[in-house]
Amino acid sequence: MNTQTNTSTGAASGAFMAGKARQWLSFIFGVLLMAAGSLYAQTPTPEMPPMKPELEARLKKLETELRCLVCQNQTLADSPAGLAGDLRREIRLLAESGKNNEEIKEHLKARYGDFVLYKPPVESKTWLLWFGPFVLLLAGAIITWRVTRRTGATTAAAPAISDDERRRASKLLDE
Amino acid sequence: MSETRNNNLARAWRFALPLAIFFGLVWFMWKGLSLNPRDLPSALLNKPVPAFSLPQLHDNTKMLTGADMKGKVWLLNVWGSWCVSCRYEHPVLNALARKGVVPIVGFNWKDKPEDAKGWLVKFGDPYAFSVSDLEGRVAIDLGVYGAPETFIIDKAGMIRYKHTGPISEELMNETLVPLIQSLSKA
Repeated sequence: MNTQTNTSTGAASGAFMAGKARQWLSFIFGVLLMAAGSLYAQTPTPEMPPMKPELEARLKKLETELRCLVCQNQTLADSPAGLAGDLRREIRLLAESGKNNEEIKEHLKARYGDFVLYKPPVESKTWLLWFGPFVLLLAGAIITWRVTRRTGATTAAAPAISDDERRRASKLLDE
Repeated sequence: MSETRNNNLARAWRFALPLAIFFGLVWFMWKGLSLNPRDLPSALLNKPVPAFSLPQLHDNTKMLTGADMKGKVWLLNVWGSWCVSCRYEHPVLNALARKGVVPIVGFNWKDKPEDAKGWLVKFGDPYAFSVSDLEGRVAIDLGVYGAPETFIIDKAGMIRYKHTGPISEELMNETLVPLIQSLSKA
């Protein structure tokens, strides 16, 4: 039964099989190309001597406020990407040259734009982003309040049903 | 009479408002589909190219600085032999070099010089100059976050255009070349 279905579909779709084989070939080719690509590697971020614990703690905190630009939804502190390593090193060099956190952020912002800040700044063009959810929440609360008030009123005003109606209703429910 | 009109109006609102909200959401989501999250606006657009001094790939005793390119319209292409999309882009750069409309400076980013040189022998060398940034510090000054990236710089040393990702033949013919030609006339 099973074999029969298989043979019939196989015979009916020679063209489809050819398409599939081509897909496979291009997939294998793609994998080979990627493997060939990986023979070349990025040069690693140069090693740095260990830093003082207080500087390390300060920079760790600062890195959580900055975005790793390669892996867009991670902070610099979490990211293993090569550029993130370079950026961490850059931040350290800036800190060691005596720059404070705000100056370091400005330095990176001038090069990478607001996007490098993990938390977007509150500006007129980001108001929708910052306050939109609260406006929606408020609107939802108002609608809920109005709807519940109305249904509350109608429930309270619902007239008691007569015995006759009750009998009809239970009859309907039994069916 | 006026009460029914009010009722009708209220009913119309009850339909129209959710419908309007629904279409508003659809519009935002539809737009979200066509946005490219990698296509960030460059913070350096219409700003001077950051000062740099980097060793040349083929002779690291010679340096190339931004000042060396002053007075010319030039194209800076960030690449690495480890970068798969760069290989995909490379034929387009070779074609652009053959047109001879602009000197292309190859910015070899975080790459081993031997790998880079071998790569250029294998796939062709479209670069008028090649510089290597082993540590990636100049790349940070340029706001580079992925290869390939392409900058067009005018005669005064201002960045006039930036593209992140491989250049297609279409982009070269329809955007880059016309822009280079108009900047060269200026």
